[in-house]
Amino acid sequence: MTTNTTNATAPAVRLAGVTKEFGDVRAVWGIDLALRPGEIVAFLGPNGAGKTTNIDMLLGLTKPTSGTVEVLGMEPRKAIARGLVSAVMQTGGLLKDLTVRETAAYMASLFADTRPVDEVLDRAGIAGLADRKVGKCSGGEQQRLRFAMALLSDPALLLLDEPTTGMDVEGRRAFWSAIRDDASSGRTVLFATHYLEEADQYADRIVLISQGQVVADGTGPQIRALASGRTIRAWLPDADVAAITALGGVDHVEVRGESVTIHAKDSDTVARYLLTATPARDLEITAKGIEEAFLSLTGQGESA
Amino acid sequence: MSTTTGTLDPATRRVPPLGGLNRTVLGIELRRMLRNRRTVIFTLVLPAALMLSFGGQSGWDDKVGVGNVGAYILASMAMYGAALTAAAGGSMVALERSLGWSRQLRLTPLHPVAYILMKAFVALVMGALAIVAVNLVGILQGKAEMPTSTWIQCGALALVCTLTFAALGVFIGYVVPGENAMQILGPGLALLSFLGGLFIPLSQYAEGVRLVAYWTPMYGVAEVVRAPLTHELPWYAVVNAVGWCTLFVAGAAWRMSKDTARV
Repeated sequence: MTTNTTNATAPAVRLAGVTKEFGDVRAVWGIDLALRPGEIVAFLGPNGAGKTTNIDMLLGLTKPTSGTVEVLGMEPRKAIARGLVSAVMQTGGLLKDLTVRETAAYMASLFADTRPVDEVLDRAGIAGLADRKVGKCSGGEQQRLRFAMALLSDPALLLLDEPTTGMDVEGRRAFWSAIRDDASSGRTVLFATHYLEEADQYADRIVLISQGQVVADGTGPQIRALASGRTIRAWLPDADVAAITALGGVDHVEVRGESVTIHAKDSDTVARYLLTATPARDLEITAKGIEEAFLSLTGQGESA
Repeated sequence: MSTTTGTLDPATRRVPPLGGLNRTVLGIELRRMLRNRRTVIFTLVLPAALMLSFGGQSGWDDKVGVGNVGAYILASMAMYGAALTAAAGGSMVALERSLGWSRQLRLTPLHPVAYILMKAFVALVMGALAIVAVNLVGILQGKAEMPTSTWIQCGALALVCTLTFAALGVFIGYVVPGENAMQILGPGLALLSFLGGLFIPLSQYAEGVRLVAYWTPMYGVAEVVRAPLTHELPWYAVVNAVGWCTLFVAGAAWRMSKDTARV
């Protein structure tokens, strides 16, 4: 499932053996990842999976405990100083007493080379709000201002941390269509989300992370298939794990005392086997949600 | 997806000079301060109004050093105005941190040192405005009298001393979150001004109060600022001024370095 991303040119993002610990907490636990220039990639994972920590490391806001983080073949802070990386954060980062244009002009003046302020405001769809105070803009308008600010330096890599949180359906669609139009210029986009749907719809590639590890990496359909399995639970002492695993379509088997939990794509086969070939009782079949898919995938990672 | 185009070629990108410091940013920062009605009232109007009321008290024409009591009050009030302004400016650093603006700036080439220099510059300009405002009121009032060179020296020294209070503002801004910093800095600075002999000469205090006053942060700068007028400058006043400045700068630097660790 993991796509091989060795590339002749410098990858837009390269994480090698990256770990990050905060005290006793492991936020990131051994991530290896390379993004090709021009890819639109989703970091998909539940809250606390380590998405934001990874983004912070790519922005040089925090340093990894061990491992290498490179952006366009250079150290993150060096890429930032050259305006090669920018980010759209979910909240904050704006001064209410500045106007929209002042905010963009302020940001623009900090880079060696930038796109014209008016062009960028126009591209983000807020040219009409240029003279409005930031504090008077709606949440969606502020988010588009953050997007405009991120476009000013014409970055080669754009990082979006849960960019559409709090937006309505229409705002979300407008935001993503702006991003998509923009990415055709060869910009690499990496966005964090916990919505499978959003990742599936807008990303070329989905990197599923959970508990600080990459648990799956592939296209939207491939990742969706992982989440489409079912969970079968049954009371079964002395379960024959090897026999169940051999059934085909079984992702993961977990034995807890006298009960067994099986994650499988083909739940019918597993159920038929359990009820006919074993003394299993109290059989229960549930559809796997994305959260459970994460959990089962992580469990698999640990037992492997 | 298409391949990397010319504009996205990392090799063509440059790093801005001076760590990103530039005139556009300074201009916008100054405009922000001047647009803020609260800042203007508390830092420019209030000291000027105090100058008007204090400056007219009885005995204003008594001789002090090379000038008169009116000049003594003028130099003191200019210091107070500049200190209040600089502290207000300094406290905004922490406010910007809490709004996530500092984090946003960290995503640009702006160097942290350039940011501090910019804030210090804005604080100095605002301090200078406060000094000019108080002095203008003093001139219009027509009571202060001292040689022009003394006048300029007092103003310049007040400007240098604002650094102490800009640092204090940054420090308090970090310790007291949000917009409450000025609620503490305003009354706090007024209290320190009374205690440090900025509003009332120390000679009018009881012995015990005076012994405490020598140790407070306004005492040193007050003596330094008025030295061109009084031609008196006890060594312990200089130690006081340098000591508190060092302490506040160190405190601000300490809080900020702790803070950026988790921006």
